[in-house]
Amino acid sequence: MSRVHDMGGRFGDDAVVPEPEEIVFHEDWHKRALALTLAAGSLGQWNLDVSRHARECLSPQDYTRFSYFEKWLAALADLLVAQGVATVEEMSGKSGAKVSELATRRLTADQVANVLSRGGPVDRPSKVLPVFAAGDPVRTRPRAENVHVSGGHTRQPQYVAGARGRILRLHGSHVLPDTNAHGLGEAPEPLYAVVFAASELWAHPEHPADEVVLDMWQSYLEPAI
Amino acid sequence: MDNREATLQDAQMPHDSHDHPHSLLPPDPALRVKALETILTEKGLIDPAALDAIIETYENRIGPRNGAQVVARAWSDPAFLQALRADATQAVEEMGFAGRQGEHLVAVENTPERHNMVVCTLCSCYPWPLLGIPPSWYKSDAYRARAVREPRRVLAEFGVLLPEDVAVRIWDSTAEMRYLVIPMRPSGTEGWSEAALADLVSRDSMVGTGLAKVPE
Repeated sequence: MSRVHDMGGRFGDDAVVPEPEEIVFHEDWHKRALALTLAAGSLGQWNLDVSRHARECLSPQDYTRFSYFEKWLAALADLLVAQGVATVEEMSGKSGAKVSELATRRLTADQVANVLSRGGPVDRPSKVLPVFAAGDPVRTRPRAENVHVSGGHTRQPQYVAGARGRILRLHGSHVLPDTNAHGLGEAPEPLYAVVFAASELWAHPEHPADEVVLDMWQSYLEPAI
Repeated sequence: MDNREATLQDAQMPHDSHDHPHSLLPPDPALRVKALETILTEKGLIDPAALDAIIETYENRIGPRNGAQVVARAWSDPAFLQALRADATQAVEEMGFAGRQGEHLVAVENTPERHNMVVCTLCSCYPWPLLGIPPSWYKSDAYRARAVREPRRVLAEFGVLLPEDVAVRIWDSTAEMRYLVIPMRPSGTEGWSEAALADLVSRDSMVGTGLAKVPE
């Protein structure tokens, strides 16, 4: 089964509301929430996949009622406690905040430009060799679930479960989120762009020629006939 | 209200406190972020000046004008277009655009036969070094849910009506690959400078929810 974040293809949402390009942030606290999340992430106590999984683990009620940056903040607070960076007592204000052993890793203003421009590449050498080539027909796993951890993080959306597609290109070997989100290692493996006909995914596609492309790890795929 | 006071006041929130530490923080998000910043600053884990520097970067330095320069150059310079097709990450890094949420880039080109459009149905993946922080609509449930299933209706909400003989290809950013749409160059712009061309390239045209502006 899926979690609430996996909403591709869902029915019932309202119209999309465009907005002018000049708007970067709507509220001052949005800026602060973004910056706080990035700065806390740079302490190195969790990776991107752990962080995404923390947001996905918000209860469906919270996920739905929280605005975008509220989700970030809630996941950050949960992660800080889960990873032992802060305590429940500190979060609740019941005890004063104690200086952390990680304080030496604090991101300083002069490091910001470098940290942001370096980013965090996830391509890695891998012993897993590519078994598919551009044009090959493939089928995705019938259940879009993490095979290592029950209810764990995965990047295969439900709407593409068991669908037949075709390899568009090989991107190289990338860290596998399904293991990396759970302390099971980076386990890099080949990553492909896979193209699916809209008619393969939806009962009522808008147009017979439309397609959807998803990036899929090799272990999400099997050969199709 | 003092941050510490806000934290204390809401410590009594009854629900979920064991499973979800976030519910220990104030419910009002502006107070919640202040409380968290205060706690982390007291713990020596956050330098408020670093937060200011991050905000300044995304408010003033990194935004869709970066991507517009890439598109304008792709329209004007065949050698650059070839480099972009071969390795977009490297090609744009040579223009000074690289980093967080843009570590692995692919440029997808619109043609008279195919229109490309980018979404992240699982979260909000977006090519930050080229387009900045994603707009609200890109992060909205409505866009995430609908773009893959009914892209043409979504496009219509942006005022874009595609001819029947144009196929739509949606890119759902499920990995760390980030996609930049190269819109079609408007006719009547032959001989234009890259700077003038870049002014025709809207943010939405690089996500695929818009087209390049037609010169007046």
